[in-house]
Amino acid sequence: MIWGDLIERGCKWLSRAMRVVVMTIALSLGTSVIEAYAEVSQPVFPSARGEQCVEPVDIMRRDHFEFLKHQRDKTVREGIRTPRHSLAGCIDCHADKDAQGRFVPVNAKGQFCQSCHVYAAVKIDCFSCHAARPSERVSQSP
Amino acid sequence: MDMKNSSPRRTFFTQASAGVALLALAPGVRLVDLALARAQDEPASAAQRWGLLVDVDRCVSGCDACVSACNTEHGLGDSERPQTDAQWIRKVDLVDHNTGRQLSLPLMCQHCEEPPCVDVCPTGASFRRADGIVLVDKHTCIGCRYCMMACPYKARSFIHEDLTGQKTHAPRGKGAVESCTLCVHRVDRDESPACVEACTDAGREALVFGDINDRNDPLATQLAETTTRELRADLKLNTAVRYRGL
Repeated sequence: MIWGDLIERGCKWLSRAMRVVVMTIALSLGTSVIEAYAEVSQPVFPSARGEQCVEPVDIMRRDHFEFLKHQRDKTVREGIRTPRHSLAGCIDCHADKDAQGRFVPVNAKGQFCQSCHVYAAVKIDCFSCHAARPSERVSQSP
Repeated sequence: MDMKNSSPRRTFFTQASAGVALLALAPGVRLVDLALARAQDEPASAAQRWGLLVDVDRCVSGCDACVSACNTEHGLGDSERPQTDAQWIRKVDLVDHNTGRQLSLPLMCQHCEEPPCVDVCPTGASFRRADGIVLVDKHTCIGCRYCMMACPYKARSFIHEDLTGQKTHAPRGKGAVESCTLCVHRVDRDESPACVEACTDAGREALVFGDINDRNDPLATQLAETTTRELRADLKLNTAVRYRGL
């Protein structure tokens, strides 16, 4: 019986000790994860052409895809080609130029679309079909 | 820059009074046409039905000006595998074995009034615009290719591989079906399709583009005055592309 009690106590102590160890590891891991998050900086991207976007910035950040989706149906289905909420309009203003003066695709690393989408971990599917640079006819917007 | 207050050039012309529109601003600028243009924010209307007349007698075997213009306009045919490249227009050479008469004609989407591709599309991606142009909404196309099987003219192509370097006005990509759009982006700014322009520039004038519903339109006039044919008229699809001299 005595040996049995001793073994039982020993097991309890061990399990408590294990809990403490696990908690300590978890806490230290958690802290390091938080620290890692704190190190993720806000996306940086080239500034757009012009002074003002077609909608206030906070609305564009949240709802730009709604505008684009609405506009795409209007354009494809009905032939309404107003530049204000068109993808081509976005690209005209937001595409940056390289040192040689050539347009850089907006989905290239560090560029306007890509930088935010990487930060938010949202895949962009537009540019498997759509041009990511302004057209030669530049541009629909002033 | 405040885009809210920007007035697109065409809207300006559309809204301009007739008196202003008749003034000559610059040589070569056709103000009357601009004044007639649909406003940028106005949807395509069923009042128009865009169509093409192909004059087979003027079309020459070996000339592919229309095909090249189409390829250039939409960025087709740049891949290293021409076998799988999209073909929006094909040149077809025909020989009548009884008489020996040889014909050459361009074959593209016939922009049917009753398009079989639209009938069979399971997602509604194939559709007919109000002004009669038959298109694929690639946002909803799932690439099933039913439309390709249904089309009696074999006018549609499937994109098998990733594409790069697409044109802004012609988004194209892997997994979707595509075909002649009657250069809808040009039509929307009151221009003729690229193939028609190229044919005229090549001195053939075998292609006439216009509004079938407008009795004063050169296309409608020619359709009214001469005998033209639909391809596979037996299917009763009422195509917007008609052939003369066939």
